Amino acid sequence: MHNLRPDLKLIAELIEPGSRVLDVACGDGELLDYLVHKQGVDGRGIEISQAGVNDCVAKGLFVIQGDADKDLEEYPDQSFDYVVLSKALQAVHRPQLVLRELLRIGKRAVVTIPNFGQWKVRMSLVGRGRMPVTKALDKTWYNTDNIHFCTILDLFDLIEEEGLTVRTFVPHKADGKPLNYGRTRANWSADQALFLLEK
Amino acid sequence: MTPTAGKTATLFTDTPLALDGGAVLSPVTVGYETYGTLNDAGNNAVLICHALTGDQYVASTHPITGKPGWWERLVGPGKLIDTDKYFVVCSNVLGSCLGTTGPWQDNPETGKPWGTSFPVITIRDMVRVQAGLVAHLGIDKLMMVIGGSMGGMQVQEWLTTYPERLHSAVMLATAPRHTAQNIAFHEVGRQAIMADPDWCDGRYYDHDVKPAKGLSVARMTAHITYLSEDALTAKFGRNLQNREEVTFGFEADFQVESYLRHQGSSFVDRFDANSYLYITRAMDYLDIAARHGGRLADAFKPAAHVRCCVISFTSDWLYPTVENKSIVHALNAAGVPVSFAEIESPFGHDAFLLDVPEMDHMLTGFVKAAARTNGLFFDDQETGDA
Repeated sequence: MHNLRPDLKLIAELIEPGSRVLDVACGDGELLDYLVHKQGVDGRGIEISQAGVNDCVAKGLFVIQGDADKDLEEYPDQSFDYVVLSKALQAVHRPQLVLRELLRIGKRAVVTIPNFGQWKVRMSLVGRGRMPVTKALDKTWYNTDNIHFCTILDLFDLIEEEGLTVRTFVPHKADGKPLNYGRTRANWSADQALFLLEK
Repeated sequence: MTPTAGKTATLFTDTPLALDGGAVLSPVTVGYETYGTLNDAGNNAVLICHALTGDQYVASTHPITGKPGWWERLVGPGKLIDTDKYFVVCSNVLGSCLGTTGPWQDNPETGKPWGTSFPVITIRDMVRVQAGLVAHLGIDKLMMVIGGSMGGMQVQEWLTTYPERLHSAVMLATAPRHTAQNIAFHEVGRQAIMADPDWCDGRYYDHDVKPAKGLSVARMTAHITYLSEDALTAKFGRNLQNREEVTFGFEADFQVESYLRHQGSSFVDRFDANSYLYITRAMDYLDIAARHGGRLADAFKPAAHVRCCVISFTSDWLYPTVENKSIVHALNAAGVPVSFAEIESPFGHDAFLLDVPEMDHMLTGFVKAAARTNGLFFDDQETGDA
């Protein structure tokens, strides 16, 4: 066990051992399990699917069934050191409000996104004239959960508009391999990107 | 009502039981059942709290009805709450009628049944008696306390009153207080009992009668609240009972009428009408937050070390998800680790007693993790993450 998925490993590396972490949309609890049992984190999860909740509970984790759009308001201000939102910002109804909530609840937020600005996605849209379906974006437009796609540059714009600080920016390939690029080049090359944010 | 055929303990003989209402009781008898064995480390005890009309026969045959235990689906050798591994205790609540002190019992001062001179009790009073029994059985700390509906109310009172004696707690389909609607339904039931001439102002024991009609109507009303409209429609629709056409009379033309009448009449064989009055009153009086300045979270603060699990059901309109979530919200705010899910089920409030696979999956994981983190390891379970 604990062969953590490479993109989740990138998140785990940013989180200080022993801190308090809320993982929003924690899925089957893979990251949370690692953080709690390997890094001594006091971790809690929010997950919408019953299967995900059951998997987390079986791992001995604490998870509340809920929805990033509705249930974050129940958490007190600054009650966690980190709030993690991994590849879910594009799936919420109100990304701007969710981003604000992450940094109201947590001292820091870790947000990862699939990059809609990556060249393969752009080429696919230009060349085929249809919404791209790639390895990272593997559903068709009508059945995807991803309703608010953005590029790396788009997210930088929103972060700046919200007056937030990017402490760490790690663009990476789908396999989790980091790319040591600036934001514009990353926007062309990276499949995904990780942002460590502060107010 | 007859005392239980099962185990009985006599408690509060030296120190009387001080009730929330100000009265004292001494002694208090408790009817209970146990399953499995308390291990040498004393870390495998599970207390199951029963609902309003439940009893201690959680995994063994009911002495009056001859029916299987009310949670045999989950409790027994090799089952979700595995009596080969855990020492399971279930006791009849204070005020009830299967061996535990209640209005049916003789008042030691008069030698006659208490009737309505029995003091009004609360859910916390029930829990005080359970805590006495648990200590009597040599259990310092429970690996788990678990209950649904009124059982879940008792679990909450365990969390507020004896948190140091708990390692984990499970609450199913419950609420931290009774709403106006909850009280309203109970009041209909109580009025039905008290309107029955055979109730005799609560002294029916002296007259060799019982308010069977009133208690039966109370049960019929309550039973509707345990189901859902979809469940009733699926089970009965407008189907007629053993007839081709309606009779233009007031017999049980419809299957649902016949079903409810049966529920009512079979209930009076196993339950005492005065017990029903007292226990419904205890539930109506429940308002845990009120004792803590209206802040439920404050009630749970001493329980920050207890692993908690709360489950609600989509079709439960008696104790709907919003009530269960208010418990979760308060536990979270009090720093108590808690898992929660609203599980899809068409069965209404009774879902926690029925076959709901997702509930079983969630509980299986929670019970095993609770055992591991309480220092219990078994050959058949994955280890390493505790």
